[in-house]
Amino acid sequence: MSANTATAAPAEKPVFYVRDEHPHGEGGGTMLGFWIYLMSDCLIFAVLFACYGVLGANYAAGPSPRDLFDLPMLAVSTSMLLISSLTSGFAMLAMAKGRVAATQLWLGVTILFGVAFLSLEIYEFRHMISIGATPQRSAFLSSFFVLVGTHGLHVTFGIVWMIVLIAQIGRRGLTQANRRRMSCLAMFWHFLDIIWIGVFTFVYLMGMLR
Amino acid sequence: MPDSSFSQIVFGRLTLESFPFSDPILVGTFTVVAILGIAILAAITRYGWWGYLWKEWFTSVDHKRIGAMYMVLGIVMLLRGFSDAIMMRLQQALAFGGSEGYLPPYHYDQIFTAHGVIMIFFVAMPLITGLMNFVVPLQIGARDVAFPFLNNFSFWMTTAGAVLVMASLFIGEFAKTGWLAYPPLSGILYSPGVGVDYFIWSLQIAGIGTTLSGINLIATIVKMRAPGMTLMRMPVFTWTALCSNVLIVAAFPVLTAVLVLMTLDRYLGTNFFAGGLGGNPMMYVNLIWMWGHPEVYILILPAFGVYSEVAATFSGKRLFGYTSMVYATIVITILAYLVWLHHFFTMGSGASVNAFFGIATMIISIPTGAKIFNWLFTMYRGRIRFDEPMLWTLAFMLTFVIGGMTGVMLAIPPADFVLHNSLFLVAHFHNVIIGGVVFGMFAGISYWFPKAFGFKLDPFWGKVSFWFWVAGFYVAFMPLYLLGLMGVTRRMRVFQDDSLQIWFIIAGFGVFLIALGIAAFLIQIYVSIRDRERLADLTGDPWNGRTLEWSTSSPPPSYNFAFTPVVHDNDAWWDMKQRGYVRPLDGFRPIAMPKNTGAGIVLAGLSLALGFAMVWYIWWLAAASFVALLAVAIGHTFNYARMFDIPADDVRRSEDERSRQLADSGATP
Amino acid sequence: MSHAGNSDHADAHHDELPQGTMRGYVTGFVLAAVLTIIPFWLVMGGVFDNRTITILAIMVCAVIQIVVHMVFFLHMDPRSEGGWTLLALGFTIIIVVIMIAGSLWVMYHLNANVMPLGREMNQSF
Repeated sequence: MSANTATAAPAEKPVFYVRDEHPHGEGGGTMLGFWIYLMSDCLIFAVLFACYGVLGANYAAGPSPRDLFDLPMLAVSTSMLLISSLTSGFAMLAMAKGRVAATQLWLGVTILFGVAFLSLEIYEFRHMISIGATPQRSAFLSSFFVLVGTHGLHVTFGIVWMIVLIAQIGRRGLTQANRRRMSCLAMFWHFLDIIWIGVFTFVYLMGMLR
Repeated sequence: MPDSSFSQIVFGRLTLESFPFSDPILVGTFTVVAILGIAILAAITRYGWWGYLWKEWFTSVDHKRIGAMYMVLGIVMLLRGFSDAIMMRLQQALAFGGSEGYLPPYHYDQIFTAHGVIMIFFVAMPLITGLMNFVVPLQIGARDVAFPFLNNFSFWMTTAGAVLVMASLFIGEFAKTGWLAYPPLSGILYSPGVGVDYFIWSLQIAGIGTTLSGINLIATIVKMRAPGMTLMRMPVFTWTALCSNVLIVAAFPVLTAVLVLMTLDRYLGTNFFAGGLGGNPMMYVNLIWMWGHPEVYILILPAFGVYSEVAATFSGKRLFGYTSMVYATIVITILAYLVWLHHFFTMGSGASVNAFFGIATMIISIPTGAKIFNWLFTMYRGRIRFDEPMLWTLAFMLTFVIGGMTGVMLAIPPADFVLHNSLFLVAHFHNVIIGGVVFGMFAGISYWFPKAFGFKLDPFWGKVSFWFWVAGFYVAFMPLYLLGLMGVTRRMRVFQDDSLQIWFIIAGFGVFLIALGIAAFLIQIYVSIRDRERLADLTGDPWNGRTLEWSTSSPPPSYNFAFTPVVHDNDAWWDMKQRGYVRPLDGFRPIAMPKNTGAGIVLAGLSLALGFAMVWYIWWLAAASFVALLAVAIGHTFNYARMFDIPADDVRRSEDERSRQLADSGATP
Repeated sequence: MSHAGNSDHADAHHDELPQGTMRGYVTGFVLAAVLTIIPFWLVMGGVFDNRTITILAIMVCAVIQIVVHMVFFLHMDPRSEGGWTLLALGFTIIIVVIMIAGSLWVMYHLNANVMPLGREMNQSF
């Protein structure tokens, strides 16, 4: 990454500085930096998964996954998130073609699916709390609510981000800075989908098998 | 207290009783701090420095300025943390023969907690982050870090955390739980006050800053190295900084998550770490040490980097075993994640678990030992100059080996069952942290100070500080090893066995010596500023250095390098000097640099308000500052014009100035 | 914005943002959907009598689906950013495995050694 052929030196007279330098664009490290941020976020989820793994069977004579989880509804919310991943991909494709309105439209569609996912999650949480399965009830429920809830907060944040980005694309068009932001957002959104794979597998499906 | 619900809505649980008027020590401290603070603020106002500070420092995105501010923060907090140390030593030296000493339990317990928290989070972390911030971009031939705004924001988040800890001194209380706040003691049942909440929020705020600065420096090192600087041509300090930041990014999220879980336990009554409904306090211990063990390597690796640079420079030789040094650093980085359980062998996980973690711990001493030998061989047959940085390095090598040996002793699980929680452990980790990290920071400060400010630190006062520190360290901590072997546990407030008192008095005397060392350091800074003409460094290369930061002027211009250097060898600057590098004097071009911004300080200030409100249950303020935080953050993303060009004429002017300086110093321009 | 002139810069080719294709996204989506449906079907339909086999099967599906997402949605490429993204991912996976497996191992032994009754007391009826 550092080899600069333009300044490669002849053997006898080494060149010690770049004479003919062009101004750097800002943000060359953004994609890598954001990826590293995602990795660090991944470790936050790892802690929550570890907690669920260690404490998830401690029901304290309270409800267990079988009493609480509703797999058909989970299947619907999972598909919402999966479809939103696809539509965010379409937004990226529209961006690659430089189509501002289409990019905004696909982001809007992604927001709708994200909101649908969140609504189902909120409905599930409210239902559980209404039948006494609160986060305070047992270590299992504490770790369940916090793991799933943290994912939900990330989705919420992603939705806010998309709304902001739609406005920014509207004001400035698909500039390089906005393209970079779109790419980061897409990475974030797909990353949340990957975390969700872990959640529905380890928390819900394996919970039902206990 | 609940006199009116109105005051509860406005002030949460903050009442007049929250202010410790009845404690003479705190009132005295507060008076002194208040007078000093008002004096400083008055002086700044009197001389009209506010505009300068705001424009040139607080809102600066220049990595060198931010690095310097980190160092100032670390040194100021060192004074606070060290005051706690003096008070503890005094209490323990006095509390014999039926005496209760002078500190009541609730105060003493806060002091040992605050001492640990402050020294790790607000002294050691700012110092290493500051050094890395200042040095890394210069060493890799870059003009700034990858995300300059984020750098400023990280600094202010760390500062906000420090301010919150300091606030706990005068408003309410700090945690009385020990520096890692183990549950169930730190749970709401046993610590209903605000102390643990101060702990949680100050670490949470500072921790976010640290994580972001870690991401920033990794991206900087990976993406912004000068052409020709391959990974295996990076200076060793940059290598250790890279590994240290990898550790930060992989460890601090764990701290963030664990603190969130503890927050939920305390605020919402969840059951992660409280027993009863299935929670497990040992899960907290398990998780916090998954952050805590890498943390000690986060601190020590940059110090290792400093010693490597110093040993090579002051021996006038290339570093011995560069490749093995790099691989040793990488091995330590990975092994750092495989040893966390040695902090709680006594938990009772059984023989197989303890054996694994014991052996893994001992294995870490192999790469560390390799490093020690590398430094020794670097010095071997070198032309060693015993300037202050080199003195610290030598003291480190002697002291750290002792600390490492006692560490290996503690890594043996059966021995740990005897030594766990004893003063032996306390002596061990002070041995490696003072002998490793603190000595390294002093070596680094005296080594890079001329680069940062354009004049050297006064050598006489430096040596005074050095000898008091080293002697003080041995006098203060060797008795603790003995006491620990005799079975004295840590964090005791009073003692029954009078025969032990003499050792505590010796240790107290050692702390007095260290206090003189710190005083000498402050005098050194004062004297150096006073005599800056005499100590001036006009060459930019006062130590006959080897790496790129010495190729530019002292202090470097805001753009660091008028032309980006091209690297052909490790020890790039040495190579340039050997092969007749000629400084370019014309052909300057405009340089694009990031603009200053006040968004970082505003965001950190709002985070501080949020933290304070959460500590005191002032819900309206918490909600308001959270909404404001979001609004400012989103508003900041609408600012696209973040760069500006330094005109070529300005570059030429400052480069001509440098030519004059070089001519004055007698060197060829 | 002055981004036009950075083509000569050494890192210029990394500024290329990862690009997908319609075909890639749709392929990824179909694969992911199948890999989601299979574990749901295994659990909801009670296909295997053996719990361990079911758990193994859904874990395999999860791992494959994560790879699918990384390849088709995140466009993971060993060459992007000079291999640093993949290196970061590999390191993260190691840490995640250490963290989760380590916690489970350590806490399992703790429960086995120290609180012989604890687990039964905490288990549901």
